[in-house]
Amino acid sequence: MKKKMLSLVLGVAMVSSLLAGCGGETTDTDTAATTQDTAAAVESSDAETTQETTEEASAGTSSGEGSVYYLNFKPEQADQWVDLAAVYTEQTGVPVTVVTAASGTYESTLKSEMAKTDAPTLFQVNGPVGLASWKDYCYDLKDTEIYKNLTSDEFALINEDGSVPAVAYVIETYGIIYNKALLNDYINMDGALITSADEINNFETLKAVAEDIQSKKDELGIEGAFTSAGMDSSSDWRFKTHLANLPIYYEYKDKGIESTDAIEGTYLDNYKQIWDLYINNATCEPTLLSSKTGEDATSEFALGEAVFYQNGTWAYSEITGNDVADEDLGILPIYIGVEGEENQGLCTGSENYWCVNKNAAPEDIQATLDFLTWVITSDEGRDALANEMGFVTPFKTMADYLPANPLVQAANEYIESGKESVSWNFTTMPSEEWKNGVGSALLEYAQGTGEWDAVVTAFVDGWATEYAAAHAEE
Amino acid sequence: MEKAIKRYFPIFVLPTFVAFIFGFIAPFVMGIYLSFCKFTTVTDAKFIGFDNYLKVFTDETFLHALWYTAAFTVVSVVLINVLAFAVAWFLTKGIRGTNIFRTVFFMPNLIGGIILGYIWQLLLNGILLQFDRTLTYSSVYGFWGLVILMCWQQVGYMMIIYIAGIQNIPGELIEAAKIDGANSRQILRRVTLPMIMPSITICTFLTLTNSFKLFDQNLALTNGEPSNMSEMLALNIFNTFYGRTGWEGVGQAKAVIFFILVALIALTQNWLTRRKEVQQ
Repeated sequence: MKKKMLSLVLGVAMVSSLLAGCGGETTDTDTAATTQDTAAAVESSDAETTQETTEEASAGTSSGEGSVYYLNFKPEQADQWVDLAAVYTEQTGVPVTVVTAASGTYESTLKSEMAKTDAPTLFQVNGPVGLASWKDYCYDLKDTEIYKNLTSDEFALINEDGSVPAVAYVIETYGIIYNKALLNDYINMDGALITSADEINNFETLKAVAEDIQSKKDELGIEGAFTSAGMDSSSDWRFKTHLANLPIYYEYKDKGIESTDAIEGTYLDNYKQIWDLYINNATCEPTLLSSKTGEDATSEFALGEAVFYQNGTWAYSEITGNDVADEDLGILPIYIGVEGEENQGLCTGSENYWCVNKNAAPEDIQATLDFLTWVITSDEGRDALANEMGFVTPFKTMADYLPANPLVQAANEYIESGKESVSWNFTTMPSEEWKNGVGSALLEYAQGTGEWDAVVTAFVDGWATEYAAAHAEE
Repeated sequence: MEKAIKRYFPIFVLPTFVAFIFGFIAPFVMGIYLSFCKFTTVTDAKFIGFDNYLKVFTDETFLHALWYTAAFTVVSVVLINVLAFAVAWFLTKGIRGTNIFRTVFFMPNLIGGIILGYIWQLLLNGILLQFDRTLTYSSVYGFWGLVILMCWQQVGYMMIIYIAGIQNIPGELIEAAKIDGANSRQILRRVTLPMIMPSITICTFLTLTNSFKLFDQNLALTNGEPSNMSEMLALNIFNTFYGRTGWEGVGQAKAVIFFILVALIALTQNWLTRRKEVQQ
């Protein structure tokens, strides 16, 4: 009897360890292995993580010449980078690996990849705040082609000692993308409040039009004026980061500063106005926002179910090819009801900076710099950047290469007509934790489980605490 | 034979032992060391002493995750074991189609936690949509969603262990009880339950530690939303480590505390139920 029990126990122990392996449960009791495990789980579980190694079949030529490992931030352009890397490898024999982190997991992927022996030689930071945690890994790009070819120093992050740790490689613009065809349908209806999209040049008009469209959504055959303001992690950055940029921008502008250790929140009432407009005139009830994703919003817009969609030029590749024709894509500035906003333009800036890993082998660093130079100077590289990836870049060499993206062209029209672009001040937000705090409060307010005061607290008090925490550690 | 084993045992043990050192001991020791350090990647750590541990207890999300996990563990351990035992009890009665039922109940175990999490997210959100709610509306939905998910996944597995236990009870014991005039309820309480104590030990141990260390299901089902309110300990550690710049060491310190906690609870539980086991 005892023997039987023993074999039972043994059997269970065996199967349970099997279960631990296959079931994907983190049953490892040791700590370091748990973090390793979970990192692997995140990487492997996400279908968006694509990895492609392009190596010459005759590996003999590549030895000693170094190699490139690029950890790419933008999932929208994952395939294009892999293709471009393959072309480079074909021409030069230098192996280029491109790995794209899944949306929202870049920092965690980078953290685990950097600890490896074959760490990324080329990685990205999102601005001064992102740079702070990786500054010890950044190679000085001062003498490189990519820095020398910048059209302006404002596209590089420059240390006080003059070294250049990071260089922006794409300039992007966001605003409220709208469907011209649907808006024209509305304008042609009886009792429309405007006669042309150009009349929407302040918050009052935007609000009146959006609310009117929302009330006539059945006649227009749409689901709502705005796409769902999803607060899933794939979409919440549109509001806790991009939308929050506007109150920060106007506060900085008033004070004539470029960053601050304590925000006052002078324009938070405007932030509330626009957020109210988004959540109350959308394709779904505000109580459902917590699980609406970025894909939900994109598809609602791309299938013509909503007229307005807050996003940027990068969204073009995901919208195009569906129900909305390219010529029907327009973009409006995000008006939040500030005096004189008729002259406000779109939000233009960059949060994609290239950094080269200082700790990589010298030949790998050289190979990486060569690769970057090739990307911005060769015909293949420039063509891929502009036409396949649809990037507007800050490099002199790219002057003749402008993408066919209609949103980019619309953005250029705003600049040419003398509208004042809104800079990207969210790169000065004190930390990810601050953004999360604001995001959570926004969601709670939207679904009715929290008050607006919580957003104000997270915005103002959270800024001070997070700023202090981030700078105390230095 | 005995002698040969004694002579060659290092050779047999070596592969596993090496794997154990690389896969367990080394990362474990390194993990403890890192919990006293400030670092960005695990290879460039700087020793800072107990600062990380002090920060852990000022972090409200950690304390919230701690009691949330504790509540989840209590509820799911009770529910899973009661349900698993009930199913096992019925499926040892010789009903027609017993084998099919056993297979069906066991199947959810063969699906990975992440996939299960997403499947149940779709199912539960589909139902909640009727009431204009979603799983991440409040942590209460997330809590019960997780309980349902874990029951569905684990009941079948525990059931198998209970079935094995029940089938191991010598027939003559039951027969003797029947002859003595015991009704089925008395047999259950006085004969079956004491005899399957070893199974109960194993099942409570497994469900307890599994619930406490739950990660993938939590990640896939709610990802801690809203506002980290449905975040359990393992996910909280993960988010601290990867989500907050400069807090990697704190995440590591949390992990060490987490390990001690799980070890303590598991050992206590083991000791408690062991005492009740009958020697045959």
